[in-house]
Amino acid sequence: MRKAVVTLAAALAPILLVGCRTAPKSGTTGNELRFSIAGDPKTFDPLQISESHSETVRDLTAGVLVRVNRVTDALEPELAESWKLSEDGRSIAFHLRAGLKFSNNSPLDANDVARTLNRALDPKEASPVGDAFQSSAGKPSVTVTSPLDVSIVYAVPKPGLDRLFETLPITPRPGPTPAKLPASAGPFFVSEYRPGEYVRVARNPNYWKRDSSGHRLPYLDSIRIDIQQNHDIELERFLRGEIQVVEKLEPAAWDRVEKAKPGAARTLGPSLDSEFMWFNQAPSRTLPEWKRKWFMSAAFRHAISLAINRDDIARVAFYGHAHPAAGPVSPANRFWFNASLDALRYDPTTAAKALADEGFVLRNGALYDKDGHAVEFSLITNAGNAARENTAPLIQTDLGKIGIKVNIVTLDFSSLIDRIARTLDYEAALQGFNNVEIDPLDDLNVWLSSGAQHAWWPNQKSPSTPWEARIDELEKEQASTGSREIRRKAVDELQRIVVEQEPIVYLVNPDYLYAMSANVKGAQPSVAPPHIWWNVEWLKLE
Amino acid sequence: MKTVRGMAVVILIAVAAMALFGPALAPFPYDRQFRDATSAPPGGRFPLGTDALGRDRLSRLFYASRTSIVLAPAAAAISVALALLIAPLSLSRVSQAGRMGSPFRAAISMITTVCLALPWIFLFIILRAELPLDTGPAASVLITFALMGVAGWAWPARVFSASIGQMERSGWMLHARATGMGPWRIALVHGWPQLRAVAIAQFRILVPAYILAEASLGLLGLGVAEPLPSWGNLLRDLQHPDLVRANPAIAAPLILLVIVMICLEALQIGQSGPETGAARAKAMGEPV
Repeated sequence: MRKAVVTLAAALAPILLVGCRTAPKSGTTGNELRFSIAGDPKTFDPLQISESHSETVRDLTAGVLVRVNRVTDALEPELAESWKLSEDGRSIAFHLRAGLKFSNNSPLDANDVARTLNRALDPKEASPVGDAFQSSAGKPSVTVTSPLDVSIVYAVPKPGLDRLFETLPITPRPGPTPAKLPASAGPFFVSEYRPGEYVRVARNPNYWKRDSSGHRLPYLDSIRIDIQQNHDIELERFLRGEIQVVEKLEPAAWDRVEKAKPGAARTLGPSLDSEFMWFNQAPSRTLPEWKRKWFMSAAFRHAISLAINRDDIARVAFYGHAHPAAGPVSPANRFWFNASLDALRYDPTTAAKALADEGFVLRNGALYDKDGHAVEFSLITNAGNAARENTAPLIQTDLGKIGIKVNIVTLDFSSLIDRIARTLDYEAALQGFNNVEIDPLDDLNVWLSSGAQHAWWPNQKSPSTPWEARIDELEKEQASTGSREIRRKAVDELQRIVVEQEPIVYLVNPDYLYAMSANVKGAQPSVAPPHIWWNVEWLKLE
Repeated sequence: MKTVRGMAVVILIAVAAMALFGPALAPFPYDRQFRDATSAPPGGRFPLGTDALGRDRLSRLFYASRTSIVLAPAAAAISVALALLIAPLSLSRVSQAGRMGSPFRAAISMITTVCLALPWIFLFIILRAELPLDTGPAASVLITFALMGVAGWAWPARVFSASIGQMERSGWMLHARATGMGPWRIALVHGWPQLRAVAIAQFRILVPAYILAEASLGLLGLGVAEPLPSWGNLLRDLQHPDLVRANPAIAAPLILLVIVMICLEALQIGQSGPETGAARAKAMGEPV
């Protein structure tokens, strides 16, 4: 019996000790911010990130050389004190701050920058971050010229080279045993991870930045990122005050938050995202030739576009939290949006006239083409997105008014992707695009006619129309120059062509909505990701 | 007991009448969008309010009742009929070697078990994704219920095979077999009439099950296609508690569904009570 008690005490000891050790920590949670993400991060290695949950953790922890100020769109120094981009856009030289340290106290110098970049570029690493640093002429050469200086030289001009370094978190030299939770050079480091429960990032005591009064940043002691799949529960917890931020607020939830916590629901106006529909123009065995003929006619696509009431979609499906789109680039993207474009019009009368001019005839309320085929198509979309599921019947009704019959088919997401990307067995699709990148270079795969995501006819061997050929030219032009002005011209023309041809019928730009408790200060949220977290070191809880 | 049954019958007839004539009584077409009166509370023009697209909830409920009340029993009838057709296969027969037994019984039992174990909801999602895209809403609702009907044979089949196991031991069965009747003849003359009460009970169980199954598919957004209403897709709004708080009339389809299910249950209690069952068994020489 006595022995049993001793054994029990021995078994309990570690638990009790752990209890003692964690107890003081809980006292500091007063300065801990909480929010939630929908799933577990797949990796904490910032060079291996390919999904949004890991990205969120990276955004809080990454130490980068430079950072784009999301409010002014200016590139600002971080770990690099200064940098010099060559005239021809082929090379860049960084000068680091002196005395930098990672969160594990190991020093950070130019060799770490070179090693991180080389690791990202190493084909063995297959790093998604590294892909962006490749060029048409292969890898750049990386030279460390002094402990604080490193230069990167490409054989050809590399567009957006300076801004690219925002995506490269500098990682510490790997120790003899790989660390379970990596050290970082950003404002926070990952201090605790409980799979399925939460990730905690703690203040990096070695972070270099100070505020104007000399106080070391970040202000927060830690951030707890809860893993919560269910957005309703996330919202419920926000309303109860258990979390302070909801990164993405559903339009339908706006009124509820406003009622419960006046002022907590916030909007930044149109986001970078867009909702759109398009017709399948690819030759497909299942698509009748006469339907393909309509879909390939710009006049037909214009008529569809004119017949859709975008104001109603914004007002009804998005509860007023969306704006009619003007084209492929959201007006929220101040630098790249072609400001000469207006919001797309709603004009069913002109639509009907245009269809009549094309030989379509309206009989007993139903539209027929020249050869007597009833104009009817199926519109596929994915289940689970309330706003999109409500957009579909609005389009159905609007097109019904000009005699076109639309069959709405709601599919689960993977069947939908299978149809639009692989089998091409569909007629029209309603989708949205979460734009995470301001720079249109990111969309190369969508606009190039040979691109795998060239929605209406992917993987073309050669462009099927003169305007697609022109888009290919423009894309190649802007992808191979370092000059932002030349690129801007090309992107302006691209937007103009897309609006003239409407291979994709843009509908609305949903507003960026989020919720934040009144006691969170210092945030400067932006429509560009990481919306709330880009200046996380300045966030405060009051 | 009789009054309960009587009330149930009256209510069911009323609901059926609403389903049949409702569309004629509905104030608006089910797909008419009043875009200036979205999510309206009950009252005035819209006795039950409107949904997120401004469609009249009362009109949609009328049309939805027609869809669900006509098609769910049809699907249940298909399942029960299939199971009845399969049942005689598990009747014992005398083989040429003179041994008793059914060559199919083990196989049928195994197939039934497999069918009962399959995750049907996921198979339906896959099947729905494979349907031709130009299937209209009306055709797709018919196909959904027909598939449920065909896929649901295993539930009644399991019950029927248990009943048949009991029959095998009865005197009349031995007598019939002794006179040289084959399994199909036995099924026609004795088996099916014997299974009648069980079959009706199974039918009653399956009707609400199919209404709910369609509702589950509707909850996933995959049941009856827009803009056609069904009880299933009307129930989707119940996912948002704040919507229901704002307009409790959203729960009307749920209440109707519960009433119908209770009435169907009540019918069952009334008819195949132990008394009648025992009396009939006695009359037919079955061991009680």
